[in-house]
Amino acid sequence: MITFSSTHLIYLIEAARWTLLLSVLAFIGGGILGLVLALGRVSEHKPLRWLSAAYIQIIQGTPLLVVLFLSYFGLSILGLDIPPIAAAGLSLTLYTSAFLGEIWRGCILSVPKTQWEASNCIGLSRAQQYRYVILPQAARIAIPPTVGFMVQIIKNTSITSIIGFVELARAGQIVNNSTFQPFITFVFVAIIYFAMCYPLSLASRHFERKLNVGK
Amino acid sequence: MSVNEAAGTRPRNEAVPGAEPIIVVDSVSKSFGPLQVLHGVSLEIERGTMVAIVGRSGSGKSTLLRCINALEEINGGTIKVCGHMVSMSDRASVKRLRSEVGMVFQSYNLFPHLNVLRNITLALTAVQKKSRADADAIAHKVLGLVGLADKAEAFPEQLSGGQAQRVAIARSLALSPKVLLFDEVTSALDPELTGEVLKVMEDLARDGMTMVLVTHEMAFARRVADIVVFMHQGKVWEAGPPAELFADPKTPELRQFLSSGL
Ligand SMILES: Nc1ncnc2c1ncn2[C@@H]1O[C@H](COP(=O)(O)OP(=O)(O)O)[C@@H](O)[C@H]1O
Ligand SMILES: [Mg+2]
Repeated sequence: MITFSSTHLIYLIEAARWTLLLSVLAFIGGGILGLVLALGRVSEHKPLRWLSAAYIQIIQGTPLLVVLFLSYFGLSILGLDIPPIAAAGLSLTLYTSAFLGEIWRGCILSVPKTQWEASNCIGLSRAQQYRYVILPQAARIAIPPTVGFMVQIIKNTSITSIIGFVELARAGQIVNNSTFQPFITFVFVAIIYFAMCYPLSLASRHFERKLNVGK
Repeated sequence: MSVNEAAGTRPRNEAVPGAEPIIVVDSVSKSFGPLQVLHGVSLEIERGTMVAIVGRSGSGKSTLLRCINALEEINGGTIKVCGHMVSMSDRASVKRLRSEVGMVFQSYNLFPHLNVLRNITLALTAVQKKSRADADAIAHKVLGLVGLADKAEAFPEQLSGGQAQRVAIARSLALSPKVLLFDEVTSALDPELTGEVLKVMEDLARDGMTMVLVTHEMAFARRVADIVVFMHQGKVWEAGPPAELFADPKTPELRQFLSSGL
């Protein structure tokens, strides 16, 4: 019988790189699309508001697993053969953007109306109001819930194992299947997840402090 | 005139004869849903004068200021500022208005994430496209005017209410407006802090700035304003030089308002 060894640990850490890569894809793709959705949700144009609301409703009402199946198997049935990493990146982006879009919309709306008025009265265009006055204040409010959601995403990347990714959670299962030492195996899995999530909380606190200078 | 001077007030500004008023409000009506707030308000404001609008809470004073500054769409009548029609739906008109009219609010509305200097320079660089150096020079100048030359690096939350309000005035002044609108700018302040803000406004009046202020500071309006306008239930009830208006109210409503000690 094989016992848990440094080889297994290295295997887990290597698998964690997938977790990390998928998370980064989700943050970048989801962050960009999420900002567009948040701005769409608070737009002056009704069709834009409606479209982004509909998108958010649909994605939020669909399990990530289903989004993933649709982008991987669904698209390949349509003749679009996309590599697993693209399918995973796409689904995580779609999923993350819907949630960040809704979180950020709330943050934008929580900037007092008087800030809009004051910046309007000094002549800023709407884009300038967002850039110089509204978004910087919304960002400060957005940090805690955004980081909270990012931590969820890091853990949710494990779902990509069903289309073949051996990321951290899947690697834990594989190691356990050969060592039959679930406790030690999953303690290490947990520690590695923690090592990825904890710096986010630290960064969050750092940025909050930095952005609170003017508050 | 000599009475005013004896009382230590500035001489009243005289309107330039024949010149068009800088603001012309003509039969303006405004409703919020079913609630009609302004009922055919007409008002002319001459260049270089200070006009104080007084009246009970809810009489439509703020709404009138906000209509003049295109923050609310009017439902009837017309408003002209500096000879141009004000229309909220016409972007070019609003843009021109923004370059001509400054507004100061009761709650200061400084940008909390920017320091005092940046609060003032933001529109100078972003809207007027001035260089950072020019903008900074203007900001320092207007901060000097409101007596806060040493606060350029402070953040809004580090200021007292009176200081914050003076920064807000400086922020408007920096853009060299032709008219300044003040909506109860001392109402949120502790009584001992109102004086410093009123003093800045009085200085501006003396320098010939056109100002329209909604205020509850009756003594100030009486002493400094050229014209006092009494609004009641969404209408201009009486208007005239403060000495006349306060000494001899024509309507029972104004008499009652004045005697209620507001
Ligand atoms: N945005 C708004 N929506 C609905 N009603 C409003 C709004 N703004 C003001 N009002 C109403 O209009 C009336 C006049 O308000 P306002 O102009 O603020 O009076 P004042 O400044 O003289 O106290 C009040 O009855 C107020 O409740
Ligand atoms: Mg008011």
